[in-house]
Amino acid sequence: MIDSLPPGWLLIFGGLLIPLVRGRGRSIYMLLLPALGFLQLLMISHGNLLQVSIFDYSLTPVRVDRLSLVFGYIFHIAAFLGMVFALRVKDTGQHVAAFVYAGSAIGAVFAGDLITLFVYWELAAVSSVFLIWARRTERSYRAGMRYLIFQITSGVLLLAGAVAHVHQTGSLAFDKMGLSGLGSSLIFIAFGIKCAFPLLHNWLEDAYPEATVTGTVFLSSFTTKMAIYALARGFPGTELLVWIGATMTAFPIFYAVIVNDLRRVLTYSMNNQLGFMVVGIGIGTNLALNGAAAHAFADILFKGVLFMSMGAVLLRTGTVKGSELGGLYKSMPWTAGFCMVGAASISAFPLFSAFVTKSMIISATTEHNYTFVYFVLLFASAGVFHHSGIKIPYFAFFGHDSGIRCKEAPRNMLIAMGLAASLCIGIGAFPALLYRVLPFEVDYQPYTLTHVITQLQLLFWSAVAFAWLNWIGLYPPELRSVNIDSDWIYRRLVPRTLAPAVRASVRLWTGVLDRAGRRMTATLQTVYRHHGPEGILERTWPTGSMALWVAVLLALILLLYYL
Amino acid sequence: MQDDDTTNSQAKRSHDASTESVRGEKKYWLDDPRNVRIIYVGLWIVCGLLVTADLFYEKHIEFPIERVWGFFGFYGFVSCVLLVLAAKQLRKIVGRSEDYYDR
Repeated sequence: MIDSLPPGWLLIFGGLLIPLVRGRGRSIYMLLLPALGFLQLLMISHGNLLQVSIFDYSLTPVRVDRLSLVFGYIFHIAAFLGMVFALRVKDTGQHVAAFVYAGSAIGAVFAGDLITLFVYWELAAVSSVFLIWARRTERSYRAGMRYLIFQITSGVLLLAGAVAHVHQTGSLAFDKMGLSGLGSSLIFIAFGIKCAFPLLHNWLEDAYPEATVTGTVFLSSFTTKMAIYALARGFPGTELLVWIGATMTAFPIFYAVIVNDLRRVLTYSMNNQLGFMVVGIGIGTNLALNGAAAHAFADILFKGVLFMSMGAVLLRTGTVKGSELGGLYKSMPWTAGFCMVGAASISAFPLFSAFVTKSMIISATTEHNYTFVYFVLLFASAGVFHHSGIKIPYFAFFGHDSGIRCKEAPRNMLIAMGLAASLCIGIGAFPALLYRVLPFEVDYQPYTLTHVITQLQLLFWSAVAFAWLNWIGLYPPELRSVNIDSDWIYRRLVPRTLAPAVRASVRLWTGVLDRAGRRMTATLQTVYRHHGPEGILERTWPTGSMALWVAVLLALILLLYYL
Repeated sequence: MQDDDTTNSQAKRSHDASTESVRGEKKYWLDDPRNVRIIYVGLWIVCGLLVTADLFYEKHIEFPIERVWGFFGFYGFVSCVLLVLAAKQLRKIVGRSEDYYDR
């Protein structure tokens, strides 16, 4: 029975039932749901499993192939790990939101048509915002609102694009479309928003760090990777993506160096990792697309560990600001250790996950002579080690001892981090396991002598650059500050410039009304003067005068007649 | 979660301003500045060994410039130094006080 259910429904509808289960049973139930969903995927057959006809259009709510399966697997794993991490959260609403959110992301990657995709797309947007609002602060409420506006806009563009696309091609099927015409362009932008393209990116850095301790872990897994899947499905080989992706890898890392909130640092580094995947999709060869899918898979795990460890720090110390932390390895040695595994994984150290995934994308750039892009990616690889690999563990767990002494993270959180960290190492050490589930046949060997040594050179010299800059005091200290990004446009510029404009237009409007009013009064007065009770035209004249005037007129006519 | 945030953050901060470690706590290996120096120097030595390794194997590279001895180490080092120096300048442009958006 379970395999006839559309993927994702188990989590969506199962999640809605969570409030009915209590106590220990609830914990088991919450872990069972993603496990069952994963089993379902192992049994599922390929192809269009469900087709529905509405009017003249055929919808394909469930389409299963290798590309959707990779994302399906990892989304279930992420939901499971996230749940282990969030097991002790008392707020039932958060659990329900997390399940509906994870389920709709899973549904989206198995959607075979644009309308089904749209439905899941919006459901993921709406359910996920509760993970931000659940923090129940004014700040998170506002951040959630801004987040929601971006997400809904993406959905609206997707729907508009779908309508234009079906008008153009007559088909609702969600397949490779490329940039051709209005419909696909709108869809491209819709995906681009969720994928955090440059200038459309800031919802990510703005909202994720404002979510709850556990909420950010879920958020980091689904929305952006769902968008990566959608791009890989709809726009593989679109050259524009290579350049967009290269920009995404490079510019966020400058911010990551100076941002103080360590969870926000991670969002900038996530933006950078998404860039690698986008480059892979833009190149669009089998190797590149495999690389993009594999890196999305790996990213969910190492970003998961990193967000979990920073979440644990936030939980125990009440802050994740680099300027306030330091020396926590004494209090939270396990968390520090797992964080460093995550850091090594995102930095692509040999034997850690990104070494076997990111390198596929970088190799793909050389196949097609994207020389410039290749060196940008290399720069970004050094940079990501610098801020995610070193800065995060250094400022939280080492560096200047802040004097903070707290308890180690709760056991369920440690287990979640431990599982995710083991998977990071597992993928890095045994890449064949991951390569087997990738969309295309893999003919790639990550462990060559050249690759290992050059990568170690890149990383260690980056590390020594950090150490040296610190040693000579050139490294910028963590400061209590915010850094304005493109969110400044809609959080400051527009409100501030619009405020005078609004005031001015109000003044203008009242002025116009005023003048119009006066003019109208004047007109009315004139009318009144002539037609009012005392007006010359409305006066009641005596009958005699009328007879007199008639006589005058007749006399006049008589006179004219004779002439 | 909000209440969890507060109930759980029983973090204690030492008020002894210049403490290397909280009083009465065991001394950690990293608390000794000499050991930090060992790590720092060790890092340079590893880096030196890694570029030396370039002399002893045949590099399979994509672009001619990568054949340069120790190219990747050099590229990583320069990238990171430039990254940090550029970011410091960026901070002057985009840095604002913490309550910037709340005002």
